[in-house]
Amino acid sequence: MQIEPREHIAPWRIALAPVAAVFVSLLIGSVLILWVGAPVLEAYVLLVKGAVGSSFALTETLTRSIPLIFTGLAATIAFRAKFYNIGAEGQLYCGALAATFFGTGLITLPPLLMIPFLMLVGALAGGAALAVPVMLKTHLKVDEVVTTLLLNFVILLFVGYFLEGPLKDPMSMGWPQAEPIIDEGLFPSLVDKSRLHFGFIFALIGSVLCWAMMRFTVWGYEIRAVGLNASAAKFAGINVNATVIRTALISGGFAGIAGVSEVAGLKGYLTLDISPGFGYTGIAVAMLAQLNPLAVVLSALFISMIYVGADSMSRAINIPTYIADVLVGLSVLSILVSVMLTRYRVRFR
Amino acid sequence: MMDILEILVSAGFWAATIRIVSPLILGTLGELICERAGVLNLGIEGIMTMGAMSGWMWVYMGGDLWTGVMFAAFMGLMFGLLHSIFTVYLGLSQHVTGIGITLFASSLSYYVYRMLLPDATTPPKIEPFQIYEVPFLSEIPVIGEALFSQTPLTYLALILVPVVWYVLYKTPLGLAVRMAGENPMAVEAQGINVLSIRTGAVMVGSAFMAVGGAFITMSAFDAFFFGMINGRGWICIALVIFASWKPGKALIGALLFAGLDALQVRAQQTSGALIPYQFFLMMPYILSIVAMVIMARKASYPKALLVPFRRGERT
Repeated sequence: MQIEPREHIAPWRIALAPVAAVFVSLLIGSVLILWVGAPVLEAYVLLVKGAVGSSFALTETLTRSIPLIFTGLAATIAFRAKFYNIGAEGQLYCGALAATFFGTGLITLPPLLMIPFLMLVGALAGGAALAVPVMLKTHLKVDEVVTTLLLNFVILLFVGYFLEGPLKDPMSMGWPQAEPIIDEGLFPSLVDKSRLHFGFIFALIGSVLCWAMMRFTVWGYEIRAVGLNASAAKFAGINVNATVIRTALISGGFAGIAGVSEVAGLKGYLTLDISPGFGYTGIAVAMLAQLNPLAVVLSALFISMIYVGADSMSRAINIPTYIADVLVGLSVLSILVSVMLTRYRVRFR
Repeated sequence: MMDILEILVSAGFWAATIRIVSPLILGTLGELICERAGVLNLGIEGIMTMGAMSGWMWVYMGGDLWTGVMFAAFMGLMFGLLHSIFTVYLGLSQHVTGIGITLFASSLSYYVYRMLLPDATTPPKIEPFQIYEVPFLSEIPVIGEALFSQTPLTYLALILVPVVWYVLYKTPLGLAVRMAGENPMAVEAQGINVLSIRTGAVMVGSAFMAVGGAFITMSAFDAFFFGMINGRGWICIALVIFASWKPGKALIGALLFAGLDALQVRAQQTSGALIPYQFFLMMPYILSIVAMVIMARKASYPKALLVPFRRGERT
């Protein structure tokens, strides 16, 4: 078996890669559905119906995609610079904690200022959570993968301490949850009688801004250059360390905003279960989007469809909801192969 | 201060340290073998979860304990094979593949557990490995209780440290593995297949990780539940760096780490409610980061770590 690079990369292959990856994941997933003894086609039909089959389902899918777009962008921008930030989960909670700290009465501004303010402090907190790993990486060459992963556990315990201690809502009947965000800080609703909130618009704006930055600005150029070949970038006069630090702060910022949006947009108050692993799923979102900020929206919508759909599918026929996580894990692996096949051909001889 | 001294001389503390260290030793040795051959295995967290679930499930379904361990090891081999097809044969990103394997293996474990036990509300239990007291040796005060009154899997973990050291440093196979991680071209020049060596190392390493996971459900506890591995895999990766990729140092690092962990549990009990318990629980993760920072500068990592090898291609 021999792997050879292709002379030119056809655009249709790039567009087809995620489709093929998803197809393969669903195919392997169907083995697991068969194992339970459920009919495969019916299960997948139920999944799609549960995700987009009614206006309620559709708004739920859109709502669920909001944090995934933000964490997907966080992973996209970091991975572009080959900075493996696996800590979006912790950064998300840092953003949520900051929004709770400032948004529960400490500061009151009119909504037009309050919401951007909360997003700003959330982004700063998310970035700050990544500041230690990135400084360790650039100054002491400590691997960022392990530090960001380990910090997720530290941050979750830290938030847990705040929810049982200083920030605990006295009216919460003993549950570890924070006081609600004041009305001025809550994101307005987008569709009546649904949970869909303004965060979706922010997420779309975020993805366009991220794309424009990568495409048209010097910062974006530097990020891409460092990711493609750090030593060549250095030779060309790019300050690699400064670029990596900047990338990390923006990445952490996006993850932090995901936390703000969950607290101020969806729940209204902070608990320890606002994220069922959105930070980790963001990596799958970014990979399926082939690290393209605009495609992140599509891939986040798709993955949120799987999660929302799997919930209703598992209620209808007894398939464990973990099928959604399995499909997401599978899609990370299959997209790697399908993207490789856009750039290389495999020859058997 | 006196409290801490009292803890340090108690046999219970040392016994707990050895118990805590067992899965860490297995995971760290597994990761070390993979990385020595030049492959970072971030699938460790998921593979440990898979080992924990599959070994436990084997016994719950009526198998005996040792075949359960072997089944867990087999699942480790399989996920190691998957990892090496991606990273060794296809040369794909070791970071992303590892994360993908962790996501896939852990969610698959939960899926299978739920599928086979749909109605279990309280986690069902098995009869786990019992303590085996080594004759005579277990009667030595303190040391006997700490080292020689443990479960068989702990003895296995401790014995594997010199075994891995011996194989890596004293056999031609170990030399080939280490060379594959340092200078794969030189291995190829010797007529040894780099891809096979790396695949073998990743598979064996992953089997170690899976047995480390199985220790948790079959020896330390008697049930499987959600989030059970709780970052132990990531801690093992930090320990490999701390140990500069050497088995002996890995044992020392893991012991130090487990000792501090056992100490914090006891300190937590004696400190009353003065310090919130979350800060004690943070200690293992913070310690791992500190350990990496201390050693990162001196660390001489395998030169070809993260570099895929393609035959006939210069790097």
